[in-house]
Amino acid sequence: MIVEKAQVVLSVRELTAEVEGTPILKGVNLEVKAGEIHAIMGPNGSGKSTFSKVLAGHPAYEVTGGEVRFLGQNLLELEPEERARAGLFLAFQYPMEIPGVSNLDFLRVAYNSRRKQQGLEEMDSFDFDELVREKLEVVRMNPAFLSRSVNEGFSGGEKKRNEILQMALLAPKLGILDETDSGLDIDALKIVAQGVNQLASPENAMILITHYQRLLNYIVPDFVHVMADGRIIDSGSKELALELESHGYDWVLEQAATEVGTR
Amino acid sequence: MSIQVSPMPIPNPDEVSLKSALTDRDPYLTELLNQCQGLSIQLLLEPESISWIQELRDRAAAWVRQCILPTTKDEEWRFTDMSFLKQLTFRALPQRLELAASAVAPLTLSEAAHSRLVFVDGVYAPTLSSVASLPDELVISNLAGLPLAYRSRVRDYLATAQGAAEVFTALNTSGLIDVAVVWVPKHLIVETPIHLLFISTASGTPTISQPRCLVVAESGSSVTLIEDYLNQANIESPEEGEAEVGEAVYFTNAVTEICLEAGAQVNHTRIERESPAAFHIGKSAITQARNSRYTCNAITLGAKLSRHNLEVFQHGEQTETTLNGLVTINSQQTTDTHSVIALNYPHGTSTQLHKCIIADQAHAVFNGKILVPQSAQLTNAGQLNRNLLLSPRARVDTKPQLEITADNVKCTHGATISQLDKEEVFYLQSRGLDATAAHNLLINAFATEIINKLPVASLRQTLIAAVSHQHL
Ligand SMILES: Nc1ncnc2c1ncn2[C@@H]1O[C@H](COP(=O)(O)OP(=O)(O)OP(=O)(O)O)[C@@H](O)[C@H]1O
Ligand SMILES: [Mg+2]
Repeated sequence: MIVEKAQVVLSVRELTAEVEGTPILKGVNLEVKAGEIHAIMGPNGSGKSTFSKVLAGHPAYEVTGGEVRFLGQNLLELEPEERARAGLFLAFQYPMEIPGVSNLDFLRVAYNSRRKQQGLEEMDSFDFDELVREKLEVVRMNPAFLSRSVNEGFSGGEKKRNEILQMALLAPKLGILDETDSGLDIDALKIVAQGVNQLASPENAMILITHYQRLLNYIVPDFVHVMADGRIIDSGSKELALELESHGYDWVLEQAATEVGTR
Repeated sequence: MSIQVSPMPIPNPDEVSLKSALTDRDPYLTELLNQCQGLSIQLLLEPESISWIQELRDRAAAWVRQCILPTTKDEEWRFTDMSFLKQLTFRALPQRLELAASAVAPLTLSEAAHSRLVFVDGVYAPTLSSVASLPDELVISNLAGLPLAYRSRVRDYLATAQGAAEVFTALNTSGLIDVAVVWVPKHLIVETPIHLLFISTASGTPTISQPRCLVVAESGSSVTLIEDYLNQANIESPEEGEAEVGEAVYFTNAVTEICLEAGAQVNHTRIERESPAAFHIGKSAITQARNSRYTCNAITLGAKLSRHNLEVFQHGEQTETTLNGLVTINSQQTTDTHSVIALNYPHGTSTQLHKCIIADQAHAVFNGKILVPQSAQLTNAGQLNRNLLLSPRARVDTKPQLEITADNVKCTHGATISQLDKEEVFYLQSRGLDATAAHNLLINAFATEIINKLPVASLRQTLIAAVSHQHL
């Protein structure tokens, strides 16, 4: 929802980044305010995941220019864990499997690191158990997944639900969901979408990276952006996603090209 | 080259004397031997037993006089340099420090509070031991405490395992002063874990002690053992005071023989957590009769230089052998695990998982030999060695050594060497864990796979804490 005079959660200006010397992001601009849901669409390889990982602080990407402010702080100065603790959450397109680390332990450690940041006491295993069971409801996940290793042997859809479970626990100020809808069956998609809607509030914001209008039927975005070749080349309301769905990316790429041409 | 698991018994003294020109080849070893032989058997035993032990010692000593300490030129010691040892003079001390029960308490296991034998510098400490919670039928004590009948039965087992001629094993036998004996009669199932605790009191002068264990599991019996080696300084200041622990220079040369008769089950945990400046050489010689099931959980944390010779000989059909190993070392530690599984009969299975965590400039060696001769058809042997290197200067030498002549068998082996996965670390960081916490979680996860196999909960906790502490 678009809220009058809402706090700016994320502000990205002319962000450029490269990996091993290859420029990937070539000047990204984006502003996200509290309460808003933004969708980023765009062809494969256009830099959507790169953008999300740069925001999360992945060490493989080097920021070469621009500025990112998160809740007023210079985000690029922070370590990945500091970003997380400050309330930034990325649901990965390909969540890692971590053999040997129990999902429950992992969730508890993550949850407590966020609490510590907020000046709260660590929650003991007993209380945490209760809390996590409550949150499992959000994504209708079987408690059996708690005793397994993090994502190990989880199906694609189960991994995605586990990401949303983490988001539900960490209650971020900004949730970035990188293709959380990919690989979900229709029921799972609805469950995940409901989960996200439940978590969305006037205090926080979401960025959904997706290829499909389908997700946006369930989570209605306030803004839709198109990323191509490391830039956001078009932004609009939720109708933009519908147009993309019927016309494809060529249409918007051409438009962008002519705009540049007529300038 | 193959591991020399010599089936050769120690030669008798008469034969040896013929070759007297070849004795005392290694002055350092001779001095070590003299030290060990200087300790006499001070047990209240009948003369017959005393003379039998003396004979056993003499025979082993005569053999040791013909040996030399291994060097890196020996295939079996190629990666483990024992020359450090020779820079020190070790003395075998006849007197041991009296330890108060309260001082030992922090090292005891609540699960084995009254199923414990304690040896201090290789000498039985009756006041620190307690076997009250164990079934009466179980025979557990040092040599002198054995019922008379067992004192003679011991002779059929002690120092009979294959590989007795290996120099350190023979050195142990040549200075044998006592034995921790666990004898499980037929069909007795012992539920309570048994803790065999070997404490070194070394602090100033370098000393040598030579613990010895004999375990006989008669047919259909079952027992859980925890063999535990450490220094007294660990007791006094298990938390801080590491500098003090670090100064304890000593040499533990331990030998354990475990004999499983038909259908017996032994779950054997072996923990080496000696002080960081110690030397530890340990032999586990296992003999398995048909249908027996043996599991070893070998955990190596301590010592400047340690070597574990783990040798399993299957003596019947359908035996099951499971070897789990965890080595976790840092600074300048060297740890060498040489295992041998000789699957000699049909339908045997063996599963081995050996994991090493190596930090700083530490060095781990793994040589896993599996013998599958023609006689061992329809066997199934699996071996996996996984290494986690935590620093660019950490080193591992790993060598699977499968010698298979049988044709209808299934044998697999593999070795992996990895570092902490950067993507995994980032994933954890992205959830709010700092780099240290992320590393710790991943290192513990690697270790936990083995530690979780230990049968005693309090020990699992202690070891997980020790691993975290080590790689902080
Ligand atoms: N670590 C890396 N090393 C090399 N190239 C990379 C790396 N990460 C991303 N790239 C390249 O950067 C470009 C953008 O990739 P990115 O994953 O951001 O695209 P995307 O928009 O998320 O695509 P998709 O829709 O397929 O998920 C691609 O050409 C990709 O190959
Ligand atoms: Mg992507």
